[in-house]
Amino acid sequence: MPFTEGISIDLTLIWAFLIAFAVLVYVILDGFDLGLGMLFAVEPNRRDRDVIMNSVAPVWDGNETWLVLGGGGLFAAFPLAYALVLPALYAPIIAMLLALIFRGVAFEFRWRTERWRGVWDVAFIGGSAIATLSQGIALGGLLQGISIDEQARSYSGGWWDWLTPFSVTVGVALMVGYMLLGATWLVMRTEGRLQARMRRRAWYLCLATVAFIGVVSLWTPFLQEGYYLRWFSGWRIGIAVGVAAAVLALAALIWRSLVLYGHDYWPFILSLGLFVLSFVGLGVSMYPYVIPTEVTIWEAAAPANAQMFMLVGASILIPIILVYTAYAYWVFRGKIDPDDGYH
Amino acid sequence: MFDSIDAVLLARIQFAFTVSMHFLFPAFTIGLASYLAVLNGLWLWTKETKYLDLFRYWVKIFALAFAMGVVSGIVMSYQFGTNWSVFSDRAGPVIGAPMAYEVLSAFFLEAGFLGIMLFGRERVGPTLHMIACLAVAVGTVFSAFWILSVNSWMQTPAGFEIDPETGQFLPTDFWQVIFNPSFPYRLMHTVTAAYLTTAFIVGGVGAYHLLLRRRRGQSAPEATKTMFSMAMWMAAIVAPIQIFLGDAHGLNTLEHQPPKVMAMEGHYESHPHGAPLYLFGIPNDAEQRLDYAVGIPKLGSLILKHDPNAPVAGLDTVPDEDQPPVFIVFWAFRVMVGLGLCMAGLGMWSLWARWRKRLYDAPWLHRAAVVMAPSGLIAVIAGWVTTEVGRQPFTVYGLLRTAESAAPLDSPAVGASLVAFVLVYFAIFGSGTFYILRLMSRPADANEPRLGSVTEGPTRTAGITPAAGAASHRSKDRQPGE
Ligand code: HDD
Ligand code: HEM
Ligand code: HEM
Repeated sequence: MPFTEGISIDLTLIWAFLIAFAVLVYVILDGFDLGLGMLFAVEPNRRDRDVIMNSVAPVWDGNETWLVLGGGGLFAAFPLAYALVLPALYAPIIAMLLALIFRGVAFEFRWRTERWRGVWDVAFIGGSAIATLSQGIALGGLLQGISIDEQARSYSGGWWDWLTPFSVTVGVALMVGYMLLGATWLVMRTEGRLQARMRRRAWYLCLATVAFIGVVSLWTPFLQEGYYLRWFSGWRIGIAVGVAAAVLALAALIWRSLVLYGHDYWPFILSLGLFVLSFVGLGVSMYPYVIPTEVTIWEAAAPANAQMFMLVGASILIPIILVYTAYAYWVFRGKIDPDDGYH
Repeated sequence: MFDSIDAVLLARIQFAFTVSMHFLFPAFTIGLASYLAVLNGLWLWTKETKYLDLFRYWVKIFALAFAMGVVSGIVMSYQFGTNWSVFSDRAGPVIGAPMAYEVLSAFFLEAGFLGIMLFGRERVGPTLHMIACLAVAVGTVFSAFWILSVNSWMQTPAGFEIDPETGQFLPTDFWQVIFNPSFPYRLMHTVTAAYLTTAFIVGGVGAYHLLLRRRRGQSAPEATKTMFSMAMWMAAIVAPIQIFLGDAHGLNTLEHQPPKVMAMEGHYESHPHGAPLYLFGIPNDAEQRLDYAVGIPKLGSLILKHDPNAPVAGLDTVPDEDQPPVFIVFWAFRVMVGLGLCMAGLGMWSLWARWRKRLYDAPWLHRAAVVMAPSGLIAVIAGWVTTEVGRQPFTVYGLLRTAESAAPLDSPAVGASLVAFVLVYFAIFGSGTFYILRLMSRPADANEPRLGSVTEGPTRTAGITPAAGAASHRSKDRQPGE
């Protein structure tokens, strides 16, 4: 296929961006609702829990669908990467899937029983926490590298390789970050004492998040030589400093809107900014690899005609999805009224 | 503990278990989503409250079943990579695209509008709410469309070439990939199966409440009668269609996967002068013989070839290493067909009762309907076991063996995850089923879903239950004309 050669490179890049986009949207959307799940643990009051739950009940399913798009998109556009990464991260992935089951059904089950409500609340908390931890561990496991048998096109490590201090740190970092999103989401969606408590927590969580971003960012370059060169050689160090400054600036803005002015919406939006920034940093570290530093996006890519076939659908459907997803959020906007719920 | 067990076998058990559990929920929700859309439409059109009552009754059950379908489905989409990574690498270029389309065109549609369907009636008004109901119903059918296309491609691959270097399947024509030879049959037969599954569950619940009222000497509320009647129409009309579709599907399979049909029919030996139809027998793979066979001469040829004397080849023409395990296929097939015939029978019985104007006053019919309530669920699982075990030992039929498809995982890893799945699924989906049954055990009374009047029994006291809000709304919820 001589003439598709030229565009195939572009298609692969487009798909890499699209999948990165899906993952980012997932992290942001499911991030805040997994964060809510963890914050459940420190909100023992039944009424507050109901409010927290109601603030995401109509949208959680849509949020999680971005995870399916991230995984499904990887399978479709980069089948080799999908086939190498998932067996390597077997245990954290399975743990995440099981945790998501507990958490997903808790949305429905806790309204169906009085006696067992506490059990499903615990399932919601535990499911959210373990799912988040596993996602972070999986990310850490991927960043630190995966052993591959190139000849056999398959994973060649053991089933505990993912477990290192680094991957666990990333896992905990993600928990803190998601809780920040959850807390600022609740600042936006609730009123009164619950809101005040969340406002306070959001600020501590913001500090912790920034600290973890620092730790993980300083650790990553020492995992593999490639990362180090990418961030610290020559002029690139300027970018690194710039990103660090931006993170600190965002933290200052969050403090201002959260504590000083008592804004409702801005803290959430600014916290999303922290995530976007970290995500871009991650992209800079990884590009052009999907499996650092073993497999590039081009080596893992599906053939051009398959990527083209999907791109046609994706470019029509993703905008439509974004529109009706935004609409669904719009329909359920505003403060949650604890006495009214969704009526 | 699992060291001595083959990792591939464990992976197969895990996949079969998780996909069977997953499919139970879509089998019910595909039909139920359409039923809810119909009910909502009838309510808007006729303004008869019984339709709104029914909508609110079933939408609560739907919310539970759908949530379980979603979480078990997410497991499936990752399992291709975790447990069948070689298969994913090889077949990904071909089947990845239809699966991506499933996410984009189906899952987002369902998930995006589900919230509005469940909680949004007053927020968006009746028209948009109706559109949301339709979007969810259409989304479930799109899901079935794409995933069945993928599954059918694995059964009857088409529209691809094989890359000699990597061994990957590369698409040459996506039209052929999607509309591969067995897909139209599988799609129709499976979607019809989902409608039947729902019909029998709805009918069973209706019949149960008819019986209960009868025992108390009361007459049943309109809503209960309506749901029973609607379900019985489905049984009477759709079950015979399903038998016809199943037959067509079988003939298609005979063309493309003859060993599967040999296993379904228990034909170890070839029959040059007309094959019997075996009704009973114990397949014996070791001896390649059907023990204790009871059959009707020539009928097998008549069904498969529409000619009583046509020759039919048996498994003796297939090398041993390419044969599926016959026992499972043979019996799973009989369970499905047997249930299909019973369903059609019940449908006919209901027509007879209807004709005699005794549809709501036929206790034996109602008892039979209660017993048959789970028949659809059993039949779909039996059907899938026939299909999937019958295509063994291949994942991509004739081209990629199951043993070659598996991920490079150690037995302890797969064994541990399998145990975890079994424990979690039984605990979670067991509880979910219990909650569904408890909802079903309450009648769809005229006042059951009345706004604000909280008839969720012990399950709620506060007024802010989203799922309950889906059905029992507060005062603002009154619809025009209500
Ligand atoms: C309510 C469910 C239900 C009922 C009553 C029936 N089936 Fe079925 N059948 C299915 C649900 C199903 C299914 C779960 O949907 C399957 C599995 C895969 C597929 O394509 O459909 C299936 C597969 C399936 C296959 C396997 C095709 C293949 O693997 O290539 C055949 C030959 C039949 N069916 C034939 C029948 C016949 C002759 C029936 C008449 C009594 C019948 N089915 C009733
Ligand atoms: C439509 C989407 C489906 C796809 C793409 C699919 C794909 C697969 C794959 C990859 C395997 C593992 C390899 C193998 O053992 O052949 C498998 C096995 C199996 N699947 Fe499916 N499957 C689908 C639907 C179902 C459903 C709904 C059932 C419900 C019962 C089912 C039942 C089984 C069983 C019983 C096995 C194990 C067969 C064996 O290993 O002996 N499948 N399928
Ligand atoms: C191995 C095969 C399968 C995979 C990988 C798979 C994947 C999924 C996923 C990821 C979801 C959740 C979607 C969401 O996030 O909203 C889901 C739900 C669903 N799936 Fe499957 N699925 C498989 C088999 C099937 C089959 C055979 C059918 C029907 C013919 C089906 C129909 C549905 C439907 C209708 C839903 C919506 C939820 C529900 O109705 O319960 N799936 N599936």
